[in-house]
Amino acid sequence: MPSKGVYSPMSHVIEMLHIRKEFPGIVANDDISLQVEQGEIHAILGENGAGKSTLMSILFGLYHADEGIIKVKGKEVKISSPNDATELGIGMVHQHFQLVHNFTVTENIILGKEGGFFLDRRNASKKIKALSEKYGLSIDPDMVIEDISVGMQQRVEILKMLYRDADILIFDEPTAVLTPQEIDELMQIMRNLVAEGKSIILITHKLDEIKAVADRCTIIRRGKMIGVVDVATTSQAQMAAMMVGRPVSFKVEKKTAQPGRVILDVHHLNVMNSKKVLGVKDFSLTVRAGEIVGIAGVDGNGQSELVEAITGLRPIESGAVSVAGTDVTHASIRARNEAGIGHIPEDRQKRGLVLNETVAANMVIKDYYHAPFSRHGLLKEDVIETYAKDVVKQFDVRSGEGIFSLAGKLSGGNQQKAIVGREMVADPQLLIAVQPTRGLDVGAIEYIHKQLVLHRDKGHAVLLVSFELDEIFNLSDRIAVMNNGELVDVVKTSETDEHEVGLLMAGVKGKEGAK
Amino acid sequence: MSKKPKQKKEFKSNDFLIALSAVVLGLIAGAVLMAAIGSNPFEGFLYLFRGGLMNIERIGNTLATATTLMLVGLSVAFAFKTGLFNIGASGQMLVGGLCATLVAHHVFLPRPLYLVVLILSALLGGALWGVIPGFLKAKFNVHEVVATIMMNWIAYWSVYYFVPAYLKGPSLETESASIAVTQSLRTEWLTKMFHGSYVNLGIFVAIVAVIIVKFILDKTTLGFELKAVGSNRFCAEYAGIKVNRNVVVSMMIAGGLAGLAGLTFYTGYARNMQIGVMPSQGFDGIAVALLGASNPVGVLFSSLFFGMLQSGKGFMNAMTSVPPEIADTIIATIIYFTATSVLFKKFWDGVARKMTIRREKEVAAQEAQDAKDAQTVAGRLAEPSSGPDVSLHPSRESIGPVSGGTDGKEVK
Repeated sequence: MPSKGVYSPMSHVIEMLHIRKEFPGIVANDDISLQVEQGEIHAILGENGAGKSTLMSILFGLYHADEGIIKVKGKEVKISSPNDATELGIGMVHQHFQLVHNFTVTENIILGKEGGFFLDRRNASKKIKALSEKYGLSIDPDMVIEDISVGMQQRVEILKMLYRDADILIFDEPTAVLTPQEIDELMQIMRNLVAEGKSIILITHKLDEIKAVADRCTIIRRGKMIGVVDVATTSQAQMAAMMVGRPVSFKVEKKTAQPGRVILDVHHLNVMNSKKVLGVKDFSLTVRAGEIVGIAGVDGNGQSELVEAITGLRPIESGAVSVAGTDVTHASIRARNEAGIGHIPEDRQKRGLVLNETVAANMVIKDYYHAPFSRHGLLKEDVIETYAKDVVKQFDVRSGEGIFSLAGKLSGGNQQKAIVGREMVADPQLLIAVQPTRGLDVGAIEYIHKQLVLHRDKGHAVLLVSFELDEIFNLSDRIAVMNNGELVDVVKTSETDEHEVGLLMAGVKGKEGAK
Repeated sequence: MSKKPKQKKEFKSNDFLIALSAVVLGLIAGAVLMAAIGSNPFEGFLYLFRGGLMNIERIGNTLATATTLMLVGLSVAFAFKTGLFNIGASGQMLVGGLCATLVAHHVFLPRPLYLVVLILSALLGGALWGVIPGFLKAKFNVHEVVATIMMNWIAYWSVYYFVPAYLKGPSLETESASIAVTQSLRTEWLTKMFHGSYVNLGIFVAIVAVIIVKFILDKTTLGFELKAVGSNRFCAEYAGIKVNRNVVVSMMIAGGLAGLAGLTFYTGYARNMQIGVMPSQGFDGIAVALLGASNPVGVLFSSLFFGMLQSGKGFMNAMTSVPPEIADTIIATIIYFTATSVLFKKFWDGVARKMTIRREKEVAAQEAQDAKDAQTVAGRLAEPSSGPDVSLHPSRESIGPVSGGTDGKEVK
């Protein structure tokens, strides 16, 4: 149901018609068609595991469709490898960047396209600089990847495609790893790209981004195509309803907090970061039972170090941490877990899951060693399986083979739901949630937000770290703002606004700064 | 055990099929090689297999060879599961064997008690040789490949010094005095049963080890921890598992298993220790573990297979013009194919998919046919009865069991 004016079929740069792809136990794509016009930003919207990434992997030659045809610029093609896709001018920015960390930007970009025996870094570097300026990417070609921010790394990925003369660019959930500022920059870059005649396919489940940049949007639900809408004339609520299959509320309903006794007490904490300088400086904060305290701040201002110090993943230089009255400053990670800490980690694939173990094993990864999951060192498989099934059902973790699926086979969103489920069902007195809804669709976000509030209402403490201000404001009862490793201020959510917090995030303290 | 979930019954590549493909291709490559040097491959294989299996004595020797390989394979596989590469099984074998030889020379006890002491000595010797690299890895992050190779040479030269100094034989400087048969793992009834072959009690030690290792990995919290550390140490750390302690424990157990391999080799298969020889089984065990997909039961079968090739190659050489190196080449080729098992996996998955699709089409056709039949039946039934809802039931039921292919997964 394309609602834009009449256009000839020739203006389609990409046509995927009646694509079907099956995996063991699941139909990932069931008769999906996608038509992308020349010079448009075409969004693909769908829940986690709806089949968006599968569809794009087929277009990029990583999977082969069981049925259906692909046309590029009007010609039917067979794409059997990423190289074929590159030849056809299709480039992809993956969710997880594919960069060599100790290489420079230039080296990464020319990797695989060196041309000849001798490297011509100078010319390549010049070309990259020119491209960077043309599209407003502001990248220094001689920087080493490990020294630049995540946002810049993503721009390097974009440059990589441009360097290979791609004119159809696929962005796979590009904003999942970015700060709000970086997201704005990326949106601008995308607009620059289409202005120069490129076409963009944007895979996402964030409605505001679609609203901000996309022209049209194809909506997929559980492997089936629901429809194509014109973004300008469709509201976010309408799109959300199409995606989830029911109306969705964006606001979290919650009563005012009833703070009780202190659960987390962080006292003059100092923590070194990976570069051996203080990443957290003289940080003090309390979180009480029955309240959610959000930590706002731009990524890289000490939030990770703070969380790692509280959970025991990083040693504490000085200061003290206690949980529910137990001093855990120097306790082992397990002792801290037992003291009542639950932790939804920032990096789900690195910390959160053992990818080549089953979902069932992952559900008890913190609790396998005690009753009822084991006795005298022997695992009780039936208890573990029943428990895992329960968590999976409660948190709607979808996978091909249920709890016997390997965690690595789950889609990103389902992995996140599995982790959140594991941590919440364990019912910890203190739940530390770092980016708990990162990579999730609105339906799942709604559910997890509700659960976090419910956790609070049970009389537990929640420490929320998020780079999305909306989420912080939606959930927190108090907001602690971090800048450069220091606590700038703690404000009550009811007595502040995004403008004030934004200034605090930049390190400007007090009301006088706001005026 | 609880019920497994209802699943689509479908063909799926598994480790066994992959290993079998590797073996078959390895044998084919061996045949091509034999033909290339002008020998008759059929004759070559005939004598290779006959050499390993033709009579009860040779079967016994195959078992004796497999015993050592099985234990080394287990050692390597166990370390693999924890994400460690134990390339030091040779050194652990030497130390385990040396400890066992010392016990055999100096400890005289009633047989059952003696055997316990003998086995424990080898176990502890090997475990010591494994725990040192494990400790270095945990404490100083020294890579275990480097550390275990160093430990191999320390063991090698220790034996070189120790044997002539303390265990010198009556005639030769280069080997230890033979231990008495009664002090070895050989036992009369086994030797008799297999017509005087080398087979010994070590085979039972190895089989018990397979069972114990499988049990540890699958059923215990220790195995759970070891596998978690091996697959993702960051997640294991996050979950409160002591990563370093597990690295040490894993290397200790792996070393102990290789020590047992030394026991079966030096006090069972042989009865003395030669100096200046690094036991090649320590490296063959890597092959055994790879072919067995690091699975204890897989290791059992792959060690039997390699044991047969090892013990048959001499006979093949004696009876034909095929050099014994062909057997080693076959082993090497099998390893090569095992290492590239991803290709087989793709191949078999492709086959499986085609078969599934074909069967689904058949099922669909069958369903359509059944539905038609059912409708006619229902139509007939409907005539005398009153309502269509009654008449529809038989048709639903008749479709139900046939459509096992879709299993309700696609309910939108």
